[in-house]
Amino acid sequence: MAEITIRVNGTGVPLSVDPRTSLLDLLRERLGLTGTKKGCDHGQCGACTVLIDGRRANACLALAVAQDGSDVTTVEGLASNGDLHPLQAAFIRRDAFQCGYCTPGQLCSAAGMLAEGGPSAVTADLGDDPALVPEEIRERMSGNLCRCGAYVNIVAAIADVAGSADGGGARAAAGAGAGAASTAREVSA
Amino acid sequence: MKTFAYDRARDVAGAVAGFGPGTMYLGGGTNLVDLMRLGVAEPEHLVDVSKLPLRAIEADGDGLRIGAAVRNSELAAHPAARERYPMLARAVLTGASGQVRNMATVGGNLLQRTRCPYFQDVTKACNKRRPGSGCPAIDGDHRNLAIIGHTSQCVATHPSDMAVALAALDARVHVTGPEGERVIAMPGLHRLPGSEPDRDTVLRPGELITAIRLPAPPPGASAYRKVRERASFAFALVSVAAALEVTGDGTVRDCRLALGGVAHAPWRARRAEEALTGQRAGEDAFRRAADAELADADPLPGNRYKVPMARNLIVAVLRELMPR
Repeated sequence: MAEITIRVNGTGVPLSVDPRTSLLDLLRERLGLTGTKKGCDHGQCGACTVLIDGRRANACLALAVAQDGSDVTTVEGLASNGDLHPLQAAFIRRDAFQCGYCTPGQLCSAAGMLAEGGPSAVTADLGDDPALVPEEIRERMSGNLCRCGAYVNIVAAIADVAGSADGGGARAAAGAGAGAASTAREVSA
Repeated sequence: MKTFAYDRARDVAGAVAGFGPGTMYLGGGTNLVDLMRLGVAEPEHLVDVSKLPLRAIEADGDGLRIGAAVRNSELAAHPAARERYPMLARAVLTGASGQVRNMATVGGNLLQRTRCPYFQDVTKACNKRRPGSGCPAIDGDHRNLAIIGHTSQCVATHPSDMAVALAALDARVHVTGPEGERVIAMPGLHRLPGSEPDRDTVLRPGELITAIRLPAPPPGASAYRKVRERASFAFALVSVAAALEVTGDGTVRDCRLALGGVAHAPWRARRAEEALTGQRAGEDAFRRAADAELADADPLPGNRYKVPMARNLIVAVLRELMPR
């Protein structure tokens, strides 16, 4: 067993863990935070997405012992003072789910994604910090599967927040303009 | 998962000193933790190198030095990668998902294992996992596997996109091990299966990747293109990293070509480069260069499609890099 301390949703938790424990199992089975879901347990579906030090990550691939000293935010920590996170409100408004199993991972992934910036694989110009048009959202959220196929409304919900002052930040002001792109021509040197 | 001891390394010397029989280095864990869960990897001891002070991306003469613990997402977002090595930034951005790129280290990306379905399934034979046990992929599911440089013992492909760009960019991999430091020129880090398909790389026990150094970017325009079975978050069927410099009179002065998804290692297409250099840039020359490289391709029944796919992709990318 290893002694670690992880801050989860703002509260420091000292724990004694078997080194084999994933962060996902720690959250669900030791801390009772069952919002984070186990889907594939192989990093392929995104249902277990949480924020580690503000960056989205697959909790199933993170050994808990390796997260000693980290700050973890789960879906339970997205709302503040009883107010839903703008993404949570947008998902409800847009009906961005059917069964809901992928939703916590979609929410945490979207929250992390909105803070990331920079180009994606579909950004035409690598120098750009493109507006989050639907094509950009789809590419950036490709690590989260929804087997109900609620993608259309998930993208719409995220676009609502990306385009609003509180969720999109500078991105919202960056204007439209990202297009199809994988064939962009770039000159180096 | 079998139990193991865990240590977090504070510095490179401590990591290497802590390496013994049964030890593996742990980076972001995006491949290793999965392989441990699958029973494919069974380390007795993990030395966590993900928190080592190897997180810098810095100018290095005309080139760039990338610390081995830099996360894939940090590399792709870095201005130097985006402005000077777009082939590399593109390659990293086309790999995996946002979550995985945030976790995965640059060093770990190079050392990820093949996604051959038989390698990942401990109930099946696999010469890479259990030398001498056989290769069911040859008569089984090999549609995503190698078409060149493989043997009757192993048809695995190396899954990294980043490594393909590094092969084309003449990157050098710096390693520190029990016997000191050494530098390995890409694509020489990865080996072809030969008679030891269990060995993916030329690294010796205990050697730790500490940095990747890039020389000045190749002249001209560059690109990375990847063909896969879905639009995002999938491994390459075939990928091409290319750079092309064409003189004012239309002659190819310099070109770089590397292929992914076709071999046990990132495949630097030197025959194509030689065939193309000095030629008049254009469709015919591009096709001849691609054919020169693929002359030795020896596909299996289920992956014959990769030969025309690689040829067409090489030609398409070079066409796109032509000056306008």
